[in-house]
Amino acid sequence: MTAVATPTVQAERSIWKTTAVFLSRWKAPIGYSVMALLSLLVFGFGPEPGQTTSFALSQASDAVQIPVFSLPSMLTAIVLSVIALGLAGYSTYATYAEKKVGVWLPIAFGLAFMGALLTWAGAGRDSTNVNITGMLVSGVFLAVPLVFGSLAGVVNERSGVVNIAIEGQLLAGAFLAVIVASVTSNAYLGLVAAPIAGALVGSLLALFAVKYWVDQIVVGVVLNVLVIGLTSFFFSTVLSDRPELNQAAAQMQADGGIVLQSLPIPLLADIPVLGPVLFDHNLLVYLMYAIVIALQIMLFKSRWGLRVRAVGEHPKAADTVGIKVNRTRVLSVLLGGAIAGLGGAFFTVANGLSFAKEMTAGKGFIALAAMILGRWNPTGALMAALLFGFADALRIQLGIIGSPIPSEWLAMLPYLATIFAVAGLVGKSRPPAAENIPYKK
Amino acid sequence: MSAESNKSAVEENPAQASASEDGGDRARGMLRAIAESNALVVFAAIVAALIVGSVLVIIANEDVIDAAGYFFSRPGDTFAAIGTAIVDAYGALFRGSIYNTNADTFVDGIKPLTGSLTLATPLILAGLGLGVGFRAGLFNIGAQGQVIIGATIAWVLGFHVGLPFGIHLAFALLGGLLGGAIWGFIPGVLKATSGANEVIVTIMLNYVALYLLSWLLTFDAFQIPGSDNPKSPNILDTAAWPKLLGDNYNLHWGFIFALVMAGVIWWLMERSTLGFRFRAVGANPHAAAKAGMNVKLTYILVMVVAGAMAGLAGANQILGTERSLTADIAGSIGFDAITVALLGRSRPFGIVGAGLLFGALSASGPTLQVQAGLPIDIVLVIQSVIVLFIAAPPLVRFLFRLPEPRIVKEVTA
Amino acid sequence: MKLELRGITKKFGDFVANDSIDLVVEPGTVHALLGENGAGKSTLMNVLFGLYDADGGEVLLDDKPVKFDGPGDAMRAGIGMVHQHFMLVRPFTVAENVMLGHEPLAGSRLLDFSMARDRVTHLSQKFGFDIDPDAVIDDLSVGAEQRVEIIKALSRDANVLILDEPTAVLTPQETDELLEIVRQLADSGTSVVLITHKLREVQAVADTITVIRRGKVVGTAKPTATQEELASLMVGRDVSMTVDKGAAKPGATMLEIEDLRAVDDFDITTLDGVSFDVKAGEILCVAGVQGNGQTELAEAILGAIPASGSVTLDGTELLGRSIRHVLREGVGFVPEDRTEDGLVAKFTIENNLVLDLIDQAPYSRGGAINVKAIEDNAVAKVEEFDVRTTSAKATAGSLSGGNQQKVVLAREMSRPLKLLIASQPTRGLDVGSIEFVHKRIIAERDNGTAVLIISSELDEVVALADRIAVMYHGTIVDIVPPDTDRDTLGLLMAGGKQVTA
Repeated sequence: MTAVATPTVQAERSIWKTTAVFLSRWKAPIGYSVMALLSLLVFGFGPEPGQTTSFALSQASDAVQIPVFSLPSMLTAIVLSVIALGLAGYSTYATYAEKKVGVWLPIAFGLAFMGALLTWAGAGRDSTNVNITGMLVSGVFLAVPLVFGSLAGVVNERSGVVNIAIEGQLLAGAFLAVIVASVTSNAYLGLVAAPIAGALVGSLLALFAVKYWVDQIVVGVVLNVLVIGLTSFFFSTVLSDRPELNQAAAQMQADGGIVLQSLPIPLLADIPVLGPVLFDHNLLVYLMYAIVIALQIMLFKSRWGLRVRAVGEHPKAADTVGIKVNRTRVLSVLLGGAIAGLGGAFFTVANGLSFAKEMTAGKGFIALAAMILGRWNPTGALMAALLFGFADALRIQLGIIGSPIPSEWLAMLPYLATIFAVAGLVGKSRPPAAENIPYKK
Repeated sequence: MSAESNKSAVEENPAQASASEDGGDRARGMLRAIAESNALVVFAAIVAALIVGSVLVIIANEDVIDAAGYFFSRPGDTFAAIGTAIVDAYGALFRGSIYNTNADTFVDGIKPLTGSLTLATPLILAGLGLGVGFRAGLFNIGAQGQVIIGATIAWVLGFHVGLPFGIHLAFALLGGLLGGAIWGFIPGVLKATSGANEVIVTIMLNYVALYLLSWLLTFDAFQIPGSDNPKSPNILDTAAWPKLLGDNYNLHWGFIFALVMAGVIWWLMERSTLGFRFRAVGANPHAAAKAGMNVKLTYILVMVVAGAMAGLAGANQILGTERSLTADIAGSIGFDAITVALLGRSRPFGIVGAGLLFGALSASGPTLQVQAGLPIDIVLVIQSVIVLFIAAPPLVRFLFRLPEPRIVKEVTA
Repeated sequence: MKLELRGITKKFGDFVANDSIDLVVEPGTVHALLGENGAGKSTLMNVLFGLYDADGGEVLLDDKPVKFDGPGDAMRAGIGMVHQHFMLVRPFTVAENVMLGHEPLAGSRLLDFSMARDRVTHLSQKFGFDIDPDAVIDDLSVGAEQRVEIIKALSRDANVLILDEPTAVLTPQETDELLEIVRQLADSGTSVVLITHKLREVQAVADTITVIRRGKVVGTAKPTATQEELASLMVGRDVSMTVDKGAAKPGATMLEIEDLRAVDDFDITTLDGVSFDVKAGEILCVAGVQGNGQTELAEAILGAIPASGSVTLDGTELLGRSIRHVLREGVGFVPEDRTEDGLVAKFTIENNLVLDLIDQAPYSRGGAINVKAIEDNAVAKVEEFDVRTTSAKATAGSLSGGNQQKVVLAREMSRPLKLLIASQPTRGLDVGSIEFVHKRIIAERDNGTAVLIISSELDEVVALADRIAVMYHGTIVDIVPPDTDRDTLGLLMAGGKQVTA
């Protein structure tokens, strides 16, 4: 090393470090500002002056009807963009003043941005309304498997076992649910069968990862392949030879038998917008609400939850106070598997669809991302899963309106959002300390 | 020093690591490793997978189900049907992957083997990259996306650029390598700068790559002139791998290239300071950092190398096997390569072996379908069962009553 | 409660950690289990506590044989243990940690947090601890963490309390307080087993002493035995209680630290304006209770954590440079946790010996490794540093702690050094290895290297130091000569300024 080279290296290093520190601290305000400006330029100044966007808040079946209303596209989009800019400004101020911002900021920002986007997309299309309520309803519905999947991840990972096999558990649940429902001609028995299938996949994860100490990620990845292989194999052989075992779709049309019927909750379901969005769903959705609440309480306020979390953080400490570490883990893995399996029923009996090869289409991985975004908390996972559900619903809505954005880009959106979220928002969030470490005495 | 019973698939295996340090010791180490379990466990795992496969074959077979219907009156029928089903299935597996005994000439008969080698090629290349990542402690699930981007860029260079033969090929290969490297760089740099979990980011990038390619395929520049299908024209001949055994066979020089790359990766990991750094960071990032290694930079480099290899796998598909670009160009290469790397225990020569095995299994798919009426998905089941069992040697020993390996003396006091 | 162990044997593979050990602990007494590191004391207690299954022998409580299938059984039988490595769940509160495993439930079948808090407050007040039941463990000092561990054990009404090396992280004053509590517990009828290798503590508090060496009971002693008698029983030969070292010949100032400041990931100040210097050919020991910034001091000099101020080595500024550059400037670094930071356990000894030299000749040229050079180096170093191994191709993880430390030392001393930093250089080592490590460190000093030792073992500090810097809350409280008496050092370690000069 020469005397000349040394200071140069030092200088470069400090520039690099300073830049990195600057970026990691300011990435939120920078991100918000860029998106808000984009919103203003594209969505705000995109519509022609004089164009209008019409919004619908009620669906035909609703008890209380809110009439369709139109807003001037350009003005609305500009106002919403300016609100977004204001929020970006607040974020900048908060970062400067080292204040913490609540979750309301990203939510409000997201609403403003999405509003501007929808206003722009619907501008001047007089024949189609932007159906906001419909979009929200389908957002909640599309989030169902993600919520179940991410809750499964929470239960598993809190006990220190990584669950990459959520995808496989969803698929297994979807598969067994439709078979049992078809055989018994009862969709609700399908709901009973689905968690059993998920737990079976979970039992394999427990066997290899907990008992035989195989790397948890490896087991999860391979189990996904195994479940895809098995379900596809049976789909192409047994189910194609005996279509009566996989008949949800046909049956639904015939007599409305093998699909979970919508069960509107009296009174609540009649509230405008909120009613259809939250309280006019089938049993699986209500089960989802119940499980989120139950898990949130049980994980943090019950003996079981305290022990599960202890095992996931410091298994040896749990062992020294008499908690059976591996038994706790196995039970958590089975419970997680059952929850994911139940979520799998969404794809078949909740939708009235037959089973199809690889029909979960990567939802299990999105659920995993939702769990991380939700910081390993049931309610957090719920919020993140809803976010992904709404993104998906938005894509469908834009498809209906006929948006100028290529559909491939819209399809990419949730995945890009996950990358940004994982890299930006949760950089510092901490997974359970003993995650992916087998417990050996 | 011996292969421990609880080694996970992605861990450094001291027996093999030290065995490869020099010639004499390598041979001794290999003998020891074989004697003490690895080969036996691998063999037993494959047997176990074939047994699981047989069960599926039996369940799916109509004759067996019919015969089982009157099992108690004529049980012999059931067993005969089971026997026939299994012989049919594994006969088809052999004819579809190694040698077609129904063929008239040797030239036709050996065709399945060349098909297996062709299918093994991308699995080996992508598996090599994944193996590098696993040994450096990075779980890269993103080979699929990296293959897609590599294939896309290789096609663009192979079709839209005019260069003399050979140079054109090298240029397109390099483009594919760079494409994959960029797609690997993204999760690497995100992990290094913000600690983003590479498992999540690479999974998401797989989808992004897929939709990106679907989008590109809507443009005229990516479509056969006069057609509106999402399928590109073939690359120019100047960019194509020559056939290895003449035009009768699909096997091309890309296979030899994959074998050479296995050697290159071996050298990189075992004989270069960069590979030393990769392995050290993978085995203990804290100690590596305190020894002056830049762990974050290492993560980026590892992902770039892993992506580059997967990109080459994609380029190889375009320049050798497929020649035209479709949304399905990557098939399931990226995911199969994960199991290949795991089965090969992340070692280059293990990966070549595992790639050949899985290539053969995939090649037999159409024959299985036609001759034995079995869907190709059975191959997925066999593959995953093999990997699961190999990752858990104690379970295999328990199931097959194999002897325990010599107990490792580890003084913990 | 009377505790008796008969013929306890525990093997790990071929290694016999406990060889037919007998032990009787009478009710209301303090029984010291004395032995050097690696003698098998902790293994014995883990067997007793149900964490390990014994290969032979039996445990009797009040003369009745008992069988423990896990720590839960042991605790129900009235045995409590304070582990050497704290068994606390870090993101949990004190109350949550204390209730874990025997949680009180409210009427709703959910956890009764108020009862758990009361339990902590009650015990905390009874023993004069100042512990907030709602504090999260991550925010506590090491001393406080230990008090939580004791509360944890006592909250389950332990009749037999096992304390495994409880004073390792305490100041001399805190140690005295702890021994006082131990006495108090014994007087109230609890049987206490005190595991330690510190002779002073044994003499201060024990009623009976059992000495263990290499997994066997080698004798019992009365607390009136002299330190020399106990030491030779413990080690198996006569040991000199001091380190053989000549006077230092300090040269020019080699390391100069000025106003060094650092914060951790949570913006808590860890180094609060540290200034001192170390001369060539001199050993400066940094004494202090663990967790007062010593770890951060070493890592800041190395460049492993960001810091402000100035660190100059022989006139060259080190701050802001990468670890690689700092090492190249002639710094040798022996980390505090050798298995975590010093070695790659899965690598061979050969490779570990060149971990930070691999990109230099002769070990590599142009990025290609020279296997022969690595092998030759390993053969030479294994010989020179007396690393006990079957082969240099064995993994570092297969070595004992002492031999692992020799590998780290061999590597760090194989470059020409201007400064050697060693954190807790002998932690967990047997006496033979300790002597070896100390000898090599002094030899390095006599070579003209500036040596910075960070140790929480006061004995070690006093034995090695040419000067002692005492650290407290991220600052150097004072720098004193090595013959300063223990009480003064203890006061300084607790943050008190020296009264007399």
